[in-house]
Amino acid sequence: MKNKKKILIVDDEMSVRRSLEEWFLEDGFQVETAEDGETALRVMHSAGPFDVFIIDIRMPGMDGITLQKRVHEVDKDAAIIILTAFASVDTAVEALKMGAFDYITKPVDPDDLSNAVRNALRQRELSEENIRLRDKVTELGLSSPIIGESSKLRQVMEMIDAVAETDATVVIRGESGTGKELVARAIHARSPRRFFPIVAMNCGSIPDTLLESELFGHEKGAFTGAQYRRKGKLELANGGTLFLDEIGDIPAQMQIDLLRVLETKRFTRLGGNQEITSDFRLVCATNQDLESLVKDGSFREDLYYRVNVFTIDVPPLRERPEDIPLLARFFVDKYARAMAKPVKEIAAEAEAVLLDYDWPGNVRELENAIERALVIGKDRDLQPADLPLRVERDAKRPSALALAAVEETHIRRVLRERGGNVTHAARALGVDRGTLYNKMKRYGIERE
Amino acid sequence: MIYVAFLNGYMPPGGDGLTPRLAESVPSQLEHLPVNFDLSAYYSPERGQYNATLILAHLLRHLPEANAKIVGLTNVDLFIPVLTFVFGQAQLNGPGAVVSTYRLRNEYYGLPSSPALLYDRTVKEIVHELGHTLGLVHCRDFSCVMHASTYVEEVDLKEARFCSDCSAELSG
Ligand SMILES: [Zn+2]
Ligand SMILES: [Zn+2]
Repeated sequence: MKNKKKILIVDDEMSVRRSLEEWFLEDGFQVETAEDGETALRVMHSAGPFDVFIIDIRMPGMDGITLQKRVHEVDKDAAIIILTAFASVDTAVEALKMGAFDYITKPVDPDDLSNAVRNALRQRELSEENIRLRDKVTELGLSSPIIGESSKLRQVMEMIDAVAETDATVVIRGESGTGKELVARAIHARSPRRFFPIVAMNCGSIPDTLLESELFGHEKGAFTGAQYRRKGKLELANGGTLFLDEIGDIPAQMQIDLLRVLETKRFTRLGGNQEITSDFRLVCATNQDLESLVKDGSFREDLYYRVNVFTIDVPPLRERPEDIPLLARFFVDKYARAMAKPVKEIAAEAEAVLLDYDWPGNVRELENAIERALVIGKDRDLQPADLPLRVERDAKRPSALALAAVEETHIRRVLRERGGNVTHAARALGVDRGTLYNKMKRYGIERE
Repeated sequence: MIYVAFLNGYMPPGGDGLTPRLAESVPSQLEHLPVNFDLSAYYSPERGQYNATLILAHLLRHLPEANAKIVGLTNVDLFIPVLTFVFGQAQLNGPGAVVSTYRLRNEYYGLPSSPALLYDRTVKEIVHELGHTLGLVHCRDFSCVMHASTYVEEVDLKEARFCSDCSAELSG
């Protein structure tokens, strides 16, 4: 009764507005109505935010699709249900692609209406929870977005965008530490399933004996120690995305079981006989060569073809060195904040070392190196000596050219930070203004 | 006072006992009221159904006095413009409601006729719609008469009484 959910009904027909209004009032909603798009936007400002919108697709003036766009500009997580006649179902599908939550055809079956609204509310709650979580994560500095501007990474981003909207199974390939899970999360975040959970499981880090129960769940008493009924990852991922990392490590018997689930979307918990349906999108990752696993018989060929619909290769860090300074900067900021330390600069010499090391452990190794450097570093700037010995020792000694490139990058950055003020920048760089002018001229850096 | 109007003389099974039965569930005085008017004016040929909103509007003209409430009972298939059908329709906190037995009958679902079941369902739906006119909205308690039911099976799940929360709301 308290804390009523708010719904905005937009339809040009008064009888439709009135009957939906009555229906939702009786269902305990706070209801506002609008007879056209302009009014709806005004009501949204004066009486919003709304938990659910029901929008007629065909209205004189601003049509439903346009209104949907405008609503999403104001509230990007708005849960919108499109009301349509049978004749315009195609347009309604268009609306779904553009982010409507659902569509219902007039006249509406009462049960469809209440389900659509219930699900929309659930989506809204989840997305609000996601926002809360996201804020929290940023606060704690726990998440790392995909960072980089290299063309290799841009290709990856393009593939993520291309595949996200579809429901296709994706295999993400890459060396360990390249950020395959971040790619999986990015796919999920851009997919229509983004309001439902992404459930991750690393098949390589769970003992075979537990893997089955992790994935399928179990009933109380299914095996010694199963004291409670437990939902498996398959069930938890319902509506969302299941991310299976190290898919190549799944034991043979489980491969058969998993294949069956992928084909039927149905399974039973261990020790149970109730059939459970789960609608999820599968994203897998591997650092092994699945083709050769198929050849030597340790990975089923039928499962391989089932999962390998779309492949994304995440390049190792050494193939996109131009992203290293950006990544390093990001991790310095992240850990400085987490450790409540003043934000450090990366000394030009340290950046050169970072650029010349070949990072077999990829982004994860770089992140660990920076974290360590922030823990042990005493200097105002991050120095080569703060980096793990291996990094410093194995970095190919920077060539004169590379050093110059590093110097140029550093000068540009300091200038930018000092708002282009050469005097301040020179002081920060520890050189006199004349020296800085000369270097700027050599690197073709314009004065602002 | 709540008037129970059997529209055009339609009587569901056990109709004589209906008004006293309702009085057990609804905290108000109830009285039987004969009401006759031509429903065909509210028939929609393209839907093959009757418009509940319009029937309700007409019914209110038969309200004998202000501050009273009226619930009409009929056996025709009811709809409201945006929905495929309704079991009944009420005005929240308002004077009127209408209920149809059309989709409460087992026969409608291809099942053997059951007058006892139909009687129970009818009582529940009338109490439900009257609950709306008394200001109640849908209740989460699935056994409460104010629980929303879009399937007849859901009507069978609930009881012909208000749960303690809804009762408290009514007397509060
Ligand atoms: Zn109701
Ligand atoms: Zn109740």
